[in-house]
Amino acid sequence: MTEAVNAAPYGRDRRPFLRRLASASEPYLYSAPALILIVTVMLVPLVIGISYAFRDITLLDPFSGGFIGLDHFRALAKDKTFWQALKNTVYWTGYSVALQFCLGLILALLLDKPFRGRGLAQALCFLPWAVPSFLSGLNWAMLFNPIVGPIPHWLFGLGLMDAPDNLLSSPDHAMWGPIIANVWWGIPFFAITLLAALQSIPRDLYEAAAIDGATPFQRFRSITLPFLAPTIAITVMLRTVWIANFADLIVVMTNGGPADRTQIVASYIFTTAFRRLDFGYASAIAMVLLALLLVYSMLIVLLRQTLLRER
Amino acid sequence: MASIDIKDVRKAYGSVKILHGVDLTIQDGEFVVLVGPSGCGKSTLLRMIAGLEDISAGEIKIGGKRVNELDPKDRDIAMVFQSYALYPHMTVAGNMSYSLRLRKTAKEKIASAISGAAEKLSLTPLMERRPKALSGGQRQRVAMGRAIVRSPKAFLFDEPLSNLDARLREHMRGEIKKLHQDLGATSIYVTHDQIEAMTLADRIVAMNAGIVQQVGSPLDLYDRPANLFVAGFMGSPAMNMFEGTYRATDGAPRVELGQGVTVALAGPASTADGARVTLGIRPEHVVVGKNEPESIPAQIDLVEPTGFGTILHANAFGSDVKAFSLERGLAARGDTVSVSFPVERIHLFDTTTGSRIG
Amino acid sequence: MRSNKRIVATIAHRAAILCYVAFALFPLFWVLKISVTPNDLLYSEGVRLWPSRAVFDHFDFVIRHSDFPLFFRNSMIVSLSTAVIVTILSSLGGYAMSRFSFRGKFWIVGLMLLTQMFPLVMLIAPIFKILSPLGLTNSLSGLVLVYVAFNVPFATFLMQSFFDGIPKDLEEAAMIDGATRFMAFRQIILPLTLPGMAATLGFVFTAAWSELLFALMLISGVDASTFPVGLLSFVSKFSVDFGQMMAAGVLALIPACLFFFFIQRYLVQGLTAGAVKG
Ligand SMILES: Nc1ncnc2c1ncn2[C@@H]1O[C@H](COP(=O)(O)OP(=O)(O)O)[C@@H](O)[C@H]1O
Ligand SMILES: [Mg+2]
Repeated sequence: MTEAVNAAPYGRDRRPFLRRLASASEPYLYSAPALILIVTVMLVPLVIGISYAFRDITLLDPFSGGFIGLDHFRALAKDKTFWQALKNTVYWTGYSVALQFCLGLILALLLDKPFRGRGLAQALCFLPWAVPSFLSGLNWAMLFNPIVGPIPHWLFGLGLMDAPDNLLSSPDHAMWGPIIANVWWGIPFFAITLLAALQSIPRDLYEAAAIDGATPFQRFRSITLPFLAPTIAITVMLRTVWIANFADLIVVMTNGGPADRTQIVASYIFTTAFRRLDFGYASAIAMVLLALLLVYSMLIVLLRQTLLRER
Repeated sequence: MASIDIKDVRKAYGSVKILHGVDLTIQDGEFVVLVGPSGCGKSTLLRMIAGLEDISAGEIKIGGKRVNELDPKDRDIAMVFQSYALYPHMTVAGNMSYSLRLRKTAKEKIASAISGAAEKLSLTPLMERRPKALSGGQRQRVAMGRAIVRSPKAFLFDEPLSNLDARLREHMRGEIKKLHQDLGATSIYVTHDQIEAMTLADRIVAMNAGIVQQVGSPLDLYDRPANLFVAGFMGSPAMNMFEGTYRATDGAPRVELGQGVTVALAGPASTADGARVTLGIRPEHVVVGKNEPESIPAQIDLVEPTGFGTILHANAFGSDVKAFSLERGLAARGDTVSVSFPVERIHLFDTTTGSRIG
Repeated sequence: MRSNKRIVATIAHRAAILCYVAFALFPLFWVLKISVTPNDLLYSEGVRLWPSRAVFDHFDFVIRHSDFPLFFRNSMIVSLSTAVIVTILSSLGGYAMSRFSFRGKFWIVGLMLLTQMFPLVMLIAPIFKILSPLGLTNSLSGLVLVYVAFNVPFATFLMQSFFDGIPKDLEEAAMIDGATRFMAFRQIILPLTLPGMAATLGFVFTAAWSELLFALMLISGVDASTFPVGLLSFVSKFSVDFGQMMAAGVLALIPACLFFFFIQRYLVQGLTAGAVKG
């Protein structure tokens, strides 16, 4: 009896605290499993990976593992393949993004008009997005292969090639193979995002402009483009980063060859880790890539801010 | 059913203070309406009673028992939301029985409870429909049905009629009042609509900016508003307010309104001679046209017929005077008339503090 | 005059659409064509649009005499488990992001965005080093673990957008009706997000089904090979048998296409949530 009476005030004091604790920790409980995984499988390896860049780590060499300071970076500065890969990355990313964007924008504009069978046409046009990247790589490699694929014969027939050879083995033009595969695979991404943005433009704006006597091209310039601009800016920026890192198609189609002419930095990292098993060097290259991408993102953000300020 | 006690309840989101100490006691079975402009904290107070918001300070008791620490589910109250918040994936019957199923009520009891509620709200033919297949008014009734099936300690309503069109709103207002007379349940009803407040309430709580301005019966608030806010908020068309100076010399309390116009008062006000005061008079109390000794010359600017009566806007002593009359064709635009303010209908407020002084 | 111009514009529009459809489908069509071309016609009828004799020999061989059914099974196990686990975790996480405002939210969102920004190839070496002593290389569970982590951030954003579409009133009503928050989540909110969860499942499945580089790095034995690894080793090991390879390719395409038509409606939401992911 007395105990219960004594316990009562305690109970009253403690419950709000426990309650507060419980309600404060609730969101963390919901997100904890996801967070723990992200931290252990992504963040920790990221930090470890950065430390590898300063160590001599080769998988099959039991004596490796020592701290070697900036040696990898010194080697990197003299690594011709790396510089070539850097150039190739710019080439690969620039052309892929530009073509994906332009063709995606046109497709989005075409699909924005209502017509019979639009749903089906849209599904078919977007289908490449669902094709696994390794399969689109193999698929296009086959199309470029003169033995089983039609493209060399077509190019030859059009007089664009001296003989029906494999584009992927031509040192000067091999990069176009993966770029075309990438464009085919990536058009739907831009088309889908741009189409969504297009459909959110209020229709009566166009009607008002038409009444004011604007030609279709003027309407596109004065209504469509300004409305799409924010979507375009953000998707192009994010997509650029993503494509610069996207090595699947190159690994599958050319494996960097011929003579490293299609090697981009991301595929070079993969090859160094996977085939040469030189984890230290691979991590060093990865760090340089990360730094470059960070600089790129910063530049974009700065550019955006100055543009906004000028407005 | 139970009484509800609210003691010095405060609410702050971070450093932003929303409620500044609310005190209120609601009797068992009483229908109380919280009324005030949008954003004044009515919903916040209601949600604190329901347990959906933490109580920053103060105490809330339901049926004499402190509920500050209780989860909504343990407070045994029911609530009708403005959006109705019907569960889209359940039928009407499913919506109404959900709370009983959670309490593991016996099947037969659930069936009789929901069929009883359905009958009261004439929902019986709709029981197997999904909310999507109902009209706005039907959804509203389902939301009410969901609340009444389990005879809770109290009903909370958060602007339950705001999403209905005017006609349906009027109809449902009547239904809610009847329902309350039937069930006699303790109810707290939030609205920004003063007509709803007037027609439904046993007692009105007028709120503004997180502070309770006045508590009283509807006619109390209408006839003796405690301050300028309540005076201006209750009633439509709104009360006329004129600033002036209070004069109490030579034993005849009066207000000078400017341009030489003076209005006599019934008795002395609780303020000093020369104080800035606001004189209030409801449009329906303004007398137009009779040449009484105290009348003021005015010119009609605007005539608004409402069908039910006529609102006249007259210009007198440099102010706009609104008058409401049941008579039609009393005056036309441009007419010169005289207006007068019957002394027993005049409200007087202190201009700086806003409180009633006579 | 005007209507002539209109007709020309309409024809040009349809023609352009047709070009896009042809461009999108032609490569896939070619895969199908090669897969049904008998070996003796493969080289002689290289550029023909359809072989003079179509056979299913390659499919027969791939299904009955190769390791591809095993790869297919492995890929299914990995992709489905990944998709299911990610959907559960991201539903919980997305719910927290959508319904609570808490101090750590800013940092969690930041962390998740960060994981979407850096090159995942960076992690290949360290993840191999970490998983190898745990016996998680060359194992399907190791692959699932990695895929789950990679897909959780984007899926969380996606689920958050689905939860944001469900009014908060609903669970408040449920809590007043007598449910705990978790019961309200399970009985009211989850049933309403089922379509969203299905879409998330589809997105993650597609992503896991396509993943190549980590599978190549972490898996070396045939027993645990997923489809992409099997297909690539097929290319490098033997003198390539195009017919069989493409027959296997068609098989790999089937689940991807099924899921694609299934999640089509949600593509926009999915791509905005994972704008970085693709
Ligand atoms: N979660 C919140 N965080 C910050 N401010 C809030 C929150 N909820 C409501 N408020 C503020 O509290 C005030 C009162 O809101 P509310 O009670 O909903 O008003 P109303 O009287 O219209 O129902 C408003 O100014 C609103 O902006
Ligand atoms: Mg409100």
